[in-house]
Amino acid sequence: MLVNQIAVFLENRQGRINDFAKVLANENIDLVSMSIADTKEFGILRAITSDNKAAVEALRKSGFTVTTTDLIGVEVDDRPGGLFDILNILNNGGVDIEYLYSYSRSSEKKNKAVIMFKVSNLEKTFEVIKENNIRLV
Amino acid sequence: MIFDRKHECMSREDMRALQSERLVKLVKRVYENNAVYRKKMDELGVKPEDIKGIDDVTKLPFTVKKDLRDGYPFGMLTSPKKDIVRLHASSGTTGKLTVACHTASDIDLWSDMAARCIGMTGADQEDIVHVSYGYGLFTGGLGLHYGSERFGSMTVPCSSGNTGKQIQLLKDFGATVIACTPSYAIYISDHLESEGVKPEELSLKYGIFGAEPWSNEMRKEIERRLHIKAFDIYGLSEIMGPGVAMECEEQNGLHFNEDHFYPEIVDPDTLKPLPDGEYGELVITTLTKEGMPLIRYRTRDITKITREKCACGRTLARIERITGRSDDMLIIRGVNVFPSQIESVLMSIGDEILPYYQIIVDRQGVLDTFEIQVEINEKLFSDEVKKLQDLQKRIEKEMLANLSVGPKITLVSPNTIARSEGKAKRIIDKRKK
Repeated sequence: MLVNQIAVFLENRQGRINDFAKVLANENIDLVSMSIADTKEFGILRAITSDNKAAVEALRKSGFTVTTTDLIGVEVDDRPGGLFDILNILNNGGVDIEYLYSYSRSSEKKNKAVIMFKVSNLEKTFEVIKENNIRLV
Repeated sequence: MIFDRKHECMSREDMRALQSERLVKLVKRVYENNAVYRKKMDELGVKPEDIKGIDDVTKLPFTVKKDLRDGYPFGMLTSPKKDIVRLHASSGTTGKLTVACHTASDIDLWSDMAARCIGMTGADQEDIVHVSYGYGLFTGGLGLHYGSERFGSMTVPCSSGNTGKQIQLLKDFGATVIACTPSYAIYISDHLESEGVKPEELSLKYGIFGAEPWSNEMRKEIERRLHIKAFDIYGLSEIMGPGVAMECEEQNGLHFNEDHFYPEIVDPDTLKPLPDGEYGELVITTLTKEGMPLIRYRTRDITKITREKCACGRTLARIERITGRSDDMLIIRGVNVFPSQIESVLMSIGDEILPYYQIIVDRQGVLDTFEIQVEINEKLFSDEVKKLQDLQKRIEKEMLANLSVGPKITLVSPNTIARSEGKAKRIIDKRKK
């Protein structure tokens, strides 16, 4: 399944993430997952929220630069080697991963974790996932 | 249309005769009525009788901005104060005002000159002129306003600011000519886009832009965004204001209103006159001004001049577009950098960035730091770090190749850099203290 993610451009200055969190808090939007890719000068905050559409609107209104992207959410076993197994499958299938991060919220099922992937070729990735019976979230 | 065919298309011999006659009169009047010039001329041992024609202009002393500041506010007057009907002033980087005073006849002259400029766009009396330059001590608003009235076109005196309302008026009144700073033109086009107004919904055909240096790439961007032809107007408040020189439809240099403002190009170091076609500092003598005429005023602007007849039919000499005043020039790690060069590079990068930028120069220890903040375009914003880093590196590489000194490029969010309704403040030089 595709999971919609918002990505926010953050200038590297103090209080910027604070501003971001404040906008969501004021709009009563829940953060489901979040990761930040940072460089010396700027960062890109990626997040999944309870209402991405409302989040994008509110953030733009507050002057943030926002874009949305679709990620693949995959359910994996929450045990040592769980991530390796899935990466191995994707790698052998020739899937190029741009980035990944784990879903912060624990899976509804016990002993399962959720990993979000940004890949360069969605179709191909789906093929690999189907062939290997990987569970999507 | 050519507003003043007689003077704009004069033969070279007639022009020289007119300039000669005017210079002789000017020097006599200034020597008799202005103590500063009398002293300067006496020091050089030049008497009014020595000035017999326009070629003798080189015998005269130069005037610099400091002379005007030293005489603040009324020390440089040649006419009695009671004859002055208008005052304009511009603030320099030092904060002290430079004042220019005009008699009724000066205002009359200025109106004529600005009217010529409006005609140079190709406009005629059917055209409607929307003036978005600021009205006040700044010369832009009132200069174009009087020019437009003199030209005979309907004049919409909007001044700057309240952009939403300006767009409404542009739509309602159907102005075909807009006069403002180039940065405000960009700002207006952004506003149009955010309000969902297409440029075709306006009637604009021509834009008259000046009061700040702007690159040819910026011209193309404005023309693309507003669907107009963009013209460069030149002037400086010490001399008069907008209307000293202006591009015609050929957009191949700016016609200098030389029957009233005599241009010379001199070597800025030796102050020796340079031949036509060579780059040097533009020096202007106001041949007919009454209130505060200036003799050989050093503009600090670098350009070259040609006296060849233009395809538009005008014979007025042309100067090349001034893309940077030497006052604006930055010396960074020993390299001369004009802000317009930076603008040219940025505008050639493409749609990933917006035409808003700020240059920040500072010093850490003995080394100059050089940073350019550039706004990213949200429409092309990528969630991948490497794409933004590639963009940043690409701009840095282009800058280094073009400027010979490498800035640090900082990508910032749209609307981070202050928007300007008048002159844009694009340079922050923290070294000057």
